[in-house]
Amino acid sequence: MSRTKTEKDLALLAEKSSDNFSRRKFLGYAGLATALMAGAAACNPTNNLAPNDPVTGVSLGSGDVGILNYAYALEQLEAAFYVKVIMSQYSGITASETAGLTDIRDHEVAHREFFKNALGGMAIPALEFDFSSINFASRDSVLGTAKAFEDLGVSAYNGAGRLLVSPDYLVLAGKIVSVEARHAAYIRDILVRNSFADDSIVDAMGLDVTRKPTEVLPIAQTYIKTPIDASGLPFY
Amino acid sequence: MNFNNILETIEKVDPEVYDKLDTRRSAMKQFASFGSKVALAAIPLAIGSMFRKVYAGGTGTNDTVVEILNYALTLEYLEAEFYVNGLNAGNLIPNADARQVIQLISKHENAHVAFLKSAITAVGGTPVAKPTFDFTAGGGSGTGPFSNVFTNFETFLNVAQTFEDTGVRAYKGRAAELVGGGDYLTAALRIHSVEARHAARIRMMRKEFGSGIGNVKPWITLNQSGINSSLVQPSYNGEENTKQAGIEIVNINGTGITANAASEAFDEPLSKAQVLAIVGPFIKP
Repeated sequence: MSRTKTEKDLALLAEKSSDNFSRRKFLGYAGLATALMAGAAACNPTNNLAPNDPVTGVSLGSGDVGILNYAYALEQLEAAFYVKVIMSQYSGITASETAGLTDIRDHEVAHREFFKNALGGMAIPALEFDFSSINFASRDSVLGTAKAFEDLGVSAYNGAGRLLVSPDYLVLAGKIVSVEARHAAYIRDILVRNSFADDSIVDAMGLDVTRKPTEVLPIAQTYIKTPIDASGLPFY
Repeated sequence: MNFNNILETIEKVDPEVYDKLDTRRSAMKQFASFGSKVALAAIPLAIGSMFRKVYAGGTGTNDTVVEILNYALTLEYLEAEFYVNGLNAGNLIPNADARQVIQLISKHENAHVAFLKSAITAVGGTPVAKPTFDFTAGGGSGTGPFSNVFTNFETFLNVAQTFEDTGVRAYKGRAAELVGGGDYLTAALRIHSVEARHAARIRMMRKEFGSGIGNVKPWITLNQSGINSSLVQPSYNGEENTKQAGIEIVNINGTGITANAASEAFDEPLSKAQVLAIVGPFIKP
């Protein structure tokens, strides 16, 4: 199903919404769009994207699409964070750190845009973020958050791989998760030397952290203003 | 937990179990027929769910599962022995900081070997024996191009990076065969991301020691190894890919993403044949 004009407008609206664009206003538009989209969705039984309800939030959908939207949401979070990190660099940042963090920003933007295009009309809209708990002027605050996001991302992909039915999507997730793990190792080590794979994240069997979507989303939601409805996701 | 214990557990629930089985091999093939009668809650999670995967008849056959696990075990044997040798070599690792890194990686590789062995046994397979390795890449001659691998730290890191990056690509290359593998697939993914963390740290160490050619980053840029040896090139060929699922990542949606960043953002898989060709010189036939 191709995207309706309403869906496109909604996505555009979300993309353009900035910090001074109130969530209430956004949800007002979203609510209006929901009414319009409900009719369109009912016409097409293959559409497994629920309308974006202002109360239950943006639905990730179900099946493999749901898992890909889940990954898309996390990549949106990471990309938005690093865009801000590079725009407002912390005091004392070194040339090497600027280069590393700029690379990571570009990788996360590439992941985000890849999912957006791959999902096409099934993609969730651009999410709104709340980074008010992060002090972007502080190295410890920025790198501490980056570490949390990267380790969370690795654990999310590790935990979601088994929920994918398509071998192609599983390989794609694999292509991304190892890059997230490289990021995690880099961030950890510039924050605390030789913590790249320490015992807090790698267990006695040599296995990295894994988390279910139900464990990941409450952590991620702390930084995501837009409510996310993951009720359609496969689970284990 | 061994296979006979599991069968005894099953027998308590399904007394006809032995009528349905003649050999252990056929046991695996027949498991699908008595699916959900047995609760495996008592079995340790990782091993139990691997078994359950076979029992329930997943995507792959038991032979496939054992084959993939033994493939992974062979690569982990290679890495594990490499780091143990490095730690035992006198005058190789230049300082305590570097030793700390190699020790942590070594600990993980040894753990992976133990984990995979127990997993193979649990699904009724036999772990392959550890090959005799030649870390000079001389195919057993001991006089290959990396003959100073345990006396020159730069060479040691070059080989370490090649092993780690290849390991990441090797696990990814078998992922498609593990769809539906449950905890067993998750375990493979959890090893895979640890290898990627190792690769990143080894690459950072190479940069710190100024031993690379070009700008060595924690991630793989295009098909560049940053290593002055053509022997390692097959471990990097294909990493220059910038198209994913038919979507061009360079400047995607007008974002200005470069080819370098597009290639770095996605690690590429290697097939079993490619990996075996890469590790071939490190194994005595």
